[in-house]
Amino acid sequence: MVKDQEFLKLKASYCLDLAKKMGATDASVTVGHSISETVNFRNKSLEASDRSDGLALSIETYLGKRRSSISSSNLLDENIKTLIEKCFETTKITPEDEFNSLPDKNLLAKQIRNLNLYDETRFENDKKIKYLKDLEEAASSDNQIINTESSFTENKSNFILANSDGFCDGYKTSSFTTSCVTVAKDENSMERDYEFSSKRHLSDIKQASDLGNKAAEQTIRKLSPNKIGSDKISIIFDKRISKGMLSVFASAISASAIARGTSFLKDKIDQQVFTNSINVIDKPDRIKGMGSQNFDSEGVNSNTLQLIKNGILKNYLVDTYNGKKLNLQSNGRSGGTTNLFFENGNISYEDLLKKNSKSLYITETIGHGSNLVTGDYSVGATGFLVEDGEFKYPVNEITIAGNFKDMFKNITLANDLEFEYSVNSPTMMIEGMTVAGK
Amino acid sequence: MSNFFNKSDLTRQDADKLVSETLNNCDDGELYLEESKSESILLDDNKIKSSNYSSDLGFGFRAISKEVVAYSYSNEISKDSLKNSSENLKSTLKSIKGTYNHEIPKSNKKFYKDVNPIEQKTLDSKLEVLNKVNEFLRKKDGSVKQVTASFAGEQKSIEIIRSGGESLTDVRPLIRFNVSVMLEKNGRKETGVYGIGGRQSYDDYLKNDNWKNVCEEAFRIASVNLESKPAPAGEMKVVLGPGWPAILIHEAIGHGLEGDFNRKKTSAFHNLMGEKVASEGVTIVDDGTIDNRRGSLTIDDEGTPTERTVLIENGILKNFMQDRHNARLMNTRSTGSGRRENYRHIVLPRMRNTMMLSGNQTQDEMIKSVDKGIFAVSFGGGQVDITSGKFVFNCTEAYEINNGQIGSPIKGATLIGDGPSILKEVSMVGNDMMLDPGIGTCGKAGQGVPVGVAQPSILIDKMTVGGTKL
Repeated sequence: MVKDQEFLKLKASYCLDLAKKMGATDASVTVGHSISETVNFRNKSLEASDRSDGLALSIETYLGKRRSSISSSNLLDENIKTLIEKCFETTKITPEDEFNSLPDKNLLAKQIRNLNLYDETRFENDKKIKYLKDLEEAASSDNQIINTESSFTENKSNFILANSDGFCDGYKTSSFTTSCVTVAKDENSMERDYEFSSKRHLSDIKQASDLGNKAAEQTIRKLSPNKIGSDKISIIFDKRISKGMLSVFASAISASAIARGTSFLKDKIDQQVFTNSINVIDKPDRIKGMGSQNFDSEGVNSNTLQLIKNGILKNYLVDTYNGKKLNLQSNGRSGGTTNLFFENGNISYEDLLKKNSKSLYITETIGHGSNLVTGDYSVGATGFLVEDGEFKYPVNEITIAGNFKDMFKNITLANDLEFEYSVNSPTMMIEGMTVAGK
Repeated sequence: MSNFFNKSDLTRQDADKLVSETLNNCDDGELYLEESKSESILLDDNKIKSSNYSSDLGFGFRAISKEVVAYSYSNEISKDSLKNSSENLKSTLKSIKGTYNHEIPKSNKKFYKDVNPIEQKTLDSKLEVLNKVNEFLRKKDGSVKQVTASFAGEQKSIEIIRSGGESLTDVRPLIRFNVSVMLEKNGRKETGVYGIGGRQSYDDYLKNDNWKNVCEEAFRIASVNLESKPAPAGEMKVVLGPGWPAILIHEAIGHGLEGDFNRKKTSAFHNLMGEKVASEGVTIVDDGTIDNRRGSLTIDDEGTPTERTVLIENGILKNFMQDRHNARLMNTRSTGSGRRENYRHIVLPRMRNTMMLSGNQTQDEMIKSVDKGIFAVSFGGGQVDITSGKFVFNCTEAYEINNGQIGSPIKGATLIGDGPSILKEVSMVGNDMMLDPGIGTCGKAGQGVPVGVAQPSILIDKMTVGGTKL
C-alpha cells in the first residue's frame, strides 16, 4: 500500500521543524512515496516482472536570500538530520541571490479540488498477464510480425509538499500504462513500431486486442520503404509527432529560458507567433487528466492559461524565481505545463491529406534536433508519401528541417483533437520545410 | 566501502541466507546493494543558481530462470523489505525452475581509485572556479551574453551478493565539469558547449587552470556558429573529425551489437556474425579497462570483470556485447557489459568505451579528396532505431568542403544513415585516434549510464545531410 497522508505529513513537518531549529529562515520540503508493478511479455510469454517501492525526500533551506537543496531516498530520522545539517551548512556559504524566495503566500493553493486522479483498483499481476496475452495474441496474428514485446505498469503515488509559510498539502495519483512494440519483416526490410495507452483509471485503458492490432498494423505498413529525393514539400505530422511541436513551444516560453535570454520566443509577448487561426491552452483541472494538478511544484495555485490566442503569444510559463527576475507573478507553472493542447482546426483529417496533391506524412522522428536558442529544427524521419489524399508508400532515411519561427506561422490543424496524453494536438500540416533524402 | 548492514535490522548472515534460499532453483540472480552520494553545483546567469547534494541507498533483488527475469527493488534495507522482495520473485518464478550458475570470473585489476570526489574539494573552492569561469568569459568578449558552468560529482559503492554468499564490491568515482556560453552578435545568437570528466577527483582535471581551456573551447564553438550558413540538404561525402564524433559508431553500430537485441533478433545485425559489415581497415572495440575513463568499470553491475571486447575486426563482425542473462541464452560468455543506472533498474548489456582504432591516412588527405561534402567536427546527441538500423546525430560544429578545401561553417544539421551499411561506406581511416573528453551518457530503456567513445578522422563516401539548402 502506498503510504498515507499522515505518514508523509509527519516526515515533512519533522524536516521543517528541524530546519527551523537549525536557523533556516525558510524551508520547503516534498515527501513522496510511489509503488509500481510492471509485467513484461515477449512473443506471447512472460519475460519479466518488476516491482518498485520508493520513498523520496527533497528539502530546500533558506538563510535570507541564500538557498541550497538536498534530496534522498533514505527517510530514517537519523539520516534526515545529517542531511539537513549538511544542507544548511551549504546554504550558509552559498552566495545570496535576490530572487530566491518561497512563493508569495497569497498565490498558494487554498483548496484542493477532487480531479479524480486516483483509482484504487488493484490490477493483480495475474490480470496483467491475461491482458498482455490477449494483446500479443492480437499483435502477432499477421505472420509478417516476427517479434512482439509488451508491458503493463500499474503505479500508485502519494506526496506532500510543505513549506515554512504554512502550506502543507498533497494527494494521491495513479496511472495504468500499457504498451506494445512489434517488429515486422519482409524480404526487403525489418521495421518496428508501437502503440501505447496510459490512463489514470484502469477502466479507461484501451482494449488489449485493439492495442495489439493497432501496433501490428502500424508496423506492417512501414515495410519495404523507399528513400525519396531532397525537396521542399508540405509535411503532415501524425498526432503522436505534432504534440511534440507543443512541447518545444512550451520549453521556449518557460520563464527560465526567457529570463536567461536563451529562447527564440524571448520578447514576443503580444506578438504574432503562430498562424492567426491557432489557439494553445494549458488546463490544469481536467478531470482524470494525465497532466492535471491542483498546484505546481511550489504549491502555487494553477489556473487555465491561454498561451496563444489567435496566433498571438499571451503568457509565459512562470515560476516564482524566474517570475521575480522578469517582474511577473507566478502563474503556477513551476514544473512546466499541465494538460497542454492546440484547439481544433476547421478542416477534417481527410481534407488535410488532400490539401496538396503531394505531401509527406510523418509518423516518427529521431534525434535531438531542436535548437531553442535559434529555433533551428532538423531531425531524422519516417513516414509515408501521400498523393491526392492516398498513402502511396512508406519512406525512411530522410531528414526534415526548418526553423520554428517560420514553421509555427505555416501550420494548418485538422479537427481531430483527442485527449490521450498530457500534451495533445490534432494532426498538423506545415508548409515550406525541407526534406533531405537521396 | 559502504557497510550496508550496520544501520539495519538485517544482518549479512540473514541476507546471505535469504539470497541463497530465493535463488536456489533459479538459473541466476543476485542481491545488488548500492549507496551513492552525489552533488551538482550550477552557475547560471551570473549567479550560483543551485547547489544540490543527494544521497541514495537501496537494493535490487533479481532472480532469473529460463527467459524470465523477476526484479524487485526498495530503498529500505530491512529484514521485512528483503523478505517481501523475495516473496515477490518467488511468486513470479513459481513454475519455472533453473540451475544456479555459481561461476563468475575474477580479476585483481582496478581501473580507478577509491576516492570520494565530493569530499576532496571544498565547496568554497568549487564556487570559486565557477565564478572565475563566469568572469573570464564575460570579460573575454562583449558578445558573451550568457554563461553556464557546472560541477557534478558522485561516489557510488556497490556490493553484489550471489547465491552461496559470494560477495563482489566496487567503489566508483565520477565527475564532470561543463561550460556553456551564448554569444549574440548582429541579432544572431549561438551557443557553444564543452565539458570534461572521468573517474578521478575534480583537481585531476582542473590542474594548470585547465578550466580556461574548457572556456576557450566553448567560446570557439559558439564563435564559429555565429558565422554559420544554412547547411546543405541531400546525400554527400562526410569527413568526421577524431574523438567525440565517434558517437556515430556508438549509435550506428554499438547499440545494434548489444546482446539483448540480437538474442531477440530485433537488431539489424542479428544474422551477420562472421560477415563483413565494414570496410577493410575498420576495427571497433568496446573497452571497459582504460584507466579513469568515464565508461570504464572494474567490474560490471553483475560482478563480472570488464574487458576489451573486439566487436569488428578488419571489417568482420566478431562479437556482441553480453550480460550474463543474454550470454546464457545465446550459449556464450558475459563480456562484462551488464550495466544498470542504479538499483532501481534491471541489468542490460550496454557499451563502455566504444572505439574505432587508427588506420594510416591523414585528415588532410581526406579533405583534399572531397569535391563537395561536409567536415563534421563536433556533435550533440544521437539516436538509433535498432530494427531498421537508421541512426541520426546532430552536428554542433561543421563546415562545407568545396573542391578539397574547408569552406564556411554550417548551421547545426542532422545527419542520417543506415547502421549496417554505413561502415561499408568508410573509404579512409585516419592515423589520429582520439578519446572523447569524458562527457557521454548513453540512454537505453529509460536508463542513463556514463560511456566513452573514440575514433580517428574518417571519410564516409555517402550520408544524408539534413540541412535546409537544396
